[in-house]
Amino acid sequence: MIADIPSRAGLAPASEAELGALIADRRSSGQPLRIAGGGTRTQTDHVPGEALSTAALSGVVTYEPGEMTLIARPGTPLDEIETMLAAEGQAFAFEPADMRGVLGRNGAPTIGGMVAANASGPRRLLAGACRDHLLGVRFVDGQGRVLKNGGRVMKNVTGLDLGKLICGAHGTLGVLTEVALKTLPYLPDRCTLGFHGVTAHEAVAIFSAALATPFEVSGAVFRDGTAWLRVEGLGPQLGYRRDRLLGLIQTREAEVLDATATVTLWRELRDLAHFAGSDAPLWRILVKPSEAPAVAGALAALGGVFSLDWGGGLIWYCGPGTAQEVRGITRHATLVRRGGLTGPAFPPEASAVARLSAGLRQVFDPAGILNSGLMDQ
Amino acid sequence: MPTPDAGILSRAPAIIAALRAALPQDAVIWDPEETRAYECDALTTYRCPPLAVVLPRTTEEVATAMRICHEMRVPVVPRGAGTSLAGGALPTADCVIIGTMRLREMLEIDTANRFVRVQTGVTNLSVSGELESHGFFYAPDPSSQLACTIAGNIAMNSGGAHCLKYGVTTNNLLGATVVLTTGEVVELGGAEMGPMGLDLMGLLCGSEGQLGIVTEAVLRILPRPEGARPVLIGFDGAEVAGECVARIIRSGVLPVAIEYMDDVCLRAVEAFAHAGYPDCAAVLIVEVEGSPEEIDLQIARIREIADALNPVEFRESRNADEAMAIWKGRKSAFGAMGRLGDYICLDGTVPVGQLPYTLKMIGELSRQHGLEVANVFHAGDGNMHPLILFNANKPGDLEKAEAFGNDILRLCVDVGGCLTGEHGVGIEKRDLMTKQYDGPDLDIQMAVKDVFDPRWLLNPAKVFPLEVSQPWREEAATR
Ligand SMILES: Cc1cc2nc3c(=O)[nH]c(=O)nc-3n(C[C@H](O)[C@H](O)[C@H](O)COP(=O)(O)OP(=O)(O)OC[C@H]3O[C@@H](n4cnc5c(N)ncnc54)[C@H](O)[C@@H]3O)c2cc1C
Repeated sequence: MIADIPSRAGLAPASEAELGALIADRRSSGQPLRIAGGGTRTQTDHVPGEALSTAALSGVVTYEPGEMTLIARPGTPLDEIETMLAAEGQAFAFEPADMRGVLGRNGAPTIGGMVAANASGPRRLLAGACRDHLLGVRFVDGQGRVLKNGGRVMKNVTGLDLGKLICGAHGTLGVLTEVALKTLPYLPDRCTLGFHGVTAHEAVAIFSAALATPFEVSGAVFRDGTAWLRVEGLGPQLGYRRDRLLGLIQTREAEVLDATATVTLWRELRDLAHFAGSDAPLWRILVKPSEAPAVAGALAALGGVFSLDWGGGLIWYCGPGTAQEVRGITRHATLVRRGGLTGPAFPPEASAVARLSAGLRQVFDPAGILNSGLMDQ
Repeated sequence: MPTPDAGILSRAPAIIAALRAALPQDAVIWDPEETRAYECDALTTYRCPPLAVVLPRTTEEVATAMRICHEMRVPVVPRGAGTSLAGGALPTADCVIIGTMRLREMLEIDTANRFVRVQTGVTNLSVSGELESHGFFYAPDPSSQLACTIAGNIAMNSGGAHCLKYGVTTNNLLGATVVLTTGEVVELGGAEMGPMGLDLMGLLCGSEGQLGIVTEAVLRILPRPEGARPVLIGFDGAEVAGECVARIIRSGVLPVAIEYMDDVCLRAVEAFAHAGYPDCAAVLIVEVEGSPEEIDLQIARIREIADALNPVEFRESRNADEAMAIWKGRKSAFGAMGRLGDYICLDGTVPVGQLPYTLKMIGELSRQHGLEVANVFHAGDGNMHPLILFNANKPGDLEKAEAFGNDILRLCVDVGGCLTGEHGVGIEKRDLMTKQYDGPDLDIQMAVKDVFDPRWLLNPAKVFPLEVSQPWREEAATR
């Protein structure tokens, strides 16, 4: 089977069985593999081994708009899927980002890469992360076994939920061969409230007030002195929610953006356009929202700039500072763009948790050949 | 259930003595009169008093009990309120129950950051109760919420009527404190949203007491909606009712709940609760939330969708009393069915598009098995609860009902669904697991259990079919 591949560049198995045979072979010889989706997100340059492309494992298996479920193979380009969903008035509610600008890449993001990275944008605040919308997976583990978990239904508690583990494991536990995800209606009615000239502290206060209302604020980002709130709703519902929020937050004059401007703005915010076109290290930092102003302030004192997402729960910091300095300020810091920094991209785990994680890696990939060391380098 | 280990039974006095020496006086129960209260959960067909029951008040006491059981190689069954419908908390004669119901403190309410930290013995309903004056609530709302604990909710990944909009437990859980089988305490997740690293908390949620004992949890909380109002829609066929569900979901209106009741259930409910439901083949109850204007708007959309399908009735509630009247029948459905006789309550999920076919096939199976069945369920997400009626006093009837139930669950898997949507596998669906998962799929799950519980002492004989897990348990006994 493996002999059939050479017509394509590098390793690009075209079926689950082929992939299984390939990995089983690599397992016995201990040769590592570097899993490549679109190559647009995770920086895997330092991962040892031959590149394994998922490009030939592509295509939508089923899409049922009435059931809000999509099953696709991992190499399917994300924009193809998003176009298909949009034609039915649906989308992935967790709003995965396009990281090409920020990481200086030009591949095509894949749905497998999205799930492997648990990619979740500003709307995560309201809708949950990618992992919350993942219904089931098929994958090949580091021993070449073809495995499945979950299914295609919204509620499923049958056995252990391995999908959660695989989602966000960045290909270190197995190579995804099929993902089943929940889709949701994408409503055209939306607007954005912009509060200009505010500090991070004031921004988080605005966010906390807005997010304590039942008006389903679906985005809360602070950038360049402006706090942005995204509001959605069906027809007149939108106007109601907007006016109630404006009434609640009277500290500042607000700018109101219409639906079209909202779509453009939030795409930029989602894709971190403000940090694109630079090589400086970019950090993704998780905090309690109320801690964001102080943590972000301490980071900015290192000499860089920051923006806030998720109502303050997510800090993006771009600028100088060694890993030790950044992690000295705050624990949950992940290096998304290396910018010359070496060392682990992911934050260190507490020892008991690290031991469990290592035990799980041993179960899924005993020879350590899949994206070897990616999550601890 | 496997035969109890004679070696452990013979060491019972030493085990009880060790627990008593290390824990507060009232924390250990071993008198057969008292342990009887823990002989089963809400799946009452199966019963067995445990060797002893430990009821700690702190994480440290749970850890102490776990360490002792681990050192003495005694199986441990974690227990919350014991409302599991799958036998998830069923003891064995050679096990110690570690119950977390006395860990009942609300540790932190942080509305600015939208989370609460609780000990896991608090009941589901009391969490929302504590939050009410703050204008927030905790979304997962199993029907058993008055009694069931956050511990059991996490272990079973419980859902409720409102999970169509708000998700189930795993979507609302931010962090957990877990006592591992050795007595070591680990913190998973925290008050921050979505930390990096492997999602061990996602794995823990729904693991049915197989990986550790959860003593504290950080829960995501949400602002209370301004209001909520249900409508009732009657149809003269299951298919149109199913079609109506799909069209509502596609329309962009996202109700918080879509409940379904069939004619058998409707007749029982009418006789019992006099809810004034229409006499028809299927009723949907659809609830939407928002301000009064927002609710009107959503209901108008739903009416438009329903009207196109010629409903027998479309009943809108205009005030709290009318809203209550609409929910009254649904809320009393299980009690009403109990008056018709004994029943077993199933819990399979099917893709929403397969609902009409599945309902038709269940009708056919009902004729084949000669037992009546009623359907009442969460239609928005395809989570079905067929209730099979039987006569517990008639020899062989229970077995007939169980065989019928198994056929229904197999049907759910065959149409692309799963064996359990919210009640869990426990012992009830243990032996059906091979229907949904092939050998390697189960092997990897058991290998994951091995990482957390290398001696296989936690909640024995649950979730994994006995035959399939035998080599794993034998291997574990050598560690
Ligand atoms: C009338 C009725 C209605 C119900 N409705 C629903 C519903 O709508 N939705 C739904 O999802 N379920 C429902 N259930 C099932 C049940 O209430 C839930 O599964 C609930 O979450 C169990 O909680 P508990 O505290 O009673 O746990 P228990 O029954 O005590 O235990 C359940 C499982 O959790 C494990 N466990 C308990 N405590 C811990 C702990 N501290 N750490 C680790 N594991 C632990 C046990 O070993 C067992 O496997 C219903 C039950 C009844 C009786």
